[in-house]
Amino acid sequence: MIEISLGHYLSLGAIIFFLGVIGIFLNRKNVIVILMSIELILLAVNINLISFSIFSGDIVGQIFTMLILTVAAAEAAIGLAIILIYYRNRGSIRVEDIHGMKG
Amino acid sequence: MIAHSIFFYFFSIIAIFSSLMVITSRSTVNSVFFLILDFISVGCLFIMVGAEFLGMILLIVYVGAVAVLFLFVVMMLNVAEQKQSWFIGKKSNHLPTGLIISVLILLELLVVVGGWKYKEDLMSSSTLILSDVSNTHQLGLVMYTDYILYFQLAGIILLLSMIGAILLTFRKRIGVKRQSYFKQISRNPSSAIELKDVESNKGVKIND
Repeated sequence: MIEISLGHYLSLGAIIFFLGVIGIFLNRKNVIVILMSIELILLAVNINLISFSIFSGDIVGQIFTMLILTVAAAEAAIGLAIILIYYRNRGSIRVEDIHGMKG
Repeated sequence: MIAHSIFFYFFSIIAIFSSLMVITSRSTVNSVFFLILDFISVGCLFIMVGAEFLGMILLIVYVGAVAVLFLFVVMMLNVAEQKQSWFIGKKSNHLPTGLIISVLILLELLVVVGGWKYKEDLMSSSTLILSDVSNTHQLGLVMYTDYILYFQLAGIILLLSMIGAILLTFRKRIGVKRQSYFKQISRNPSSAIELKDVESNKGVKIND
């Protein structure tokens, strides 16, 4: 309990991943919160990769963390651009208003 | 050792609390602020555990760029006034399924973490962390040699996302004059200048 091991960091990553997944289903407000939940999920993945990299003494995990950061930044930019043009066309980005595909 | 565990619990409790507030906060601006708090505390955890470069990158790129991008979009779209919240509006019919799925994911992850045994000599790798070089130095030593293709690929992804974001949000407005370089440099005197003989006391009639 006192000594911090790999399991502590992995549990932290698991809890943040869980909160991100639940945030996708939970929110009824707008799509931006869904994008933020995806960012939380990617952050949890980064925590896992970095703690494995540190505790097993291999640097490659940190390199893949950097690639994940790149992909996350690109995804946020594209997602926010899509939300912007959706709002410009429809005037609302509430989740229950977006049912064009009847999903 | 005791300080390490105290700081770990401090930062991780802040991270869990702020990610909980991200998904349950009433206004979207508050969600973005709690997202920034989450990134900062996880970045402090990264610095604490020994990955200084990625911790600083998380602070600079995420807090400085991505979260501010979220904040920009939230303020541009005027969704902060929409007061619909997940506990006020129409009940979601995806909620029970989502709860079951996410609780299952959490349980699976915790079972894996709890039952996992770490084998010491599992890997024999050429990229082991050395103790006499700094974290940033060693990251550069591996990233620019063994993983140079992945590095270039990351650059291409960033370029494509930049082109995509500009193309998606670009629109032509009626009534706004734009600069056209091709028209500018293809002017010549015969099309741009008109010579006229002006009689005295008459003036020239200009037709625009």
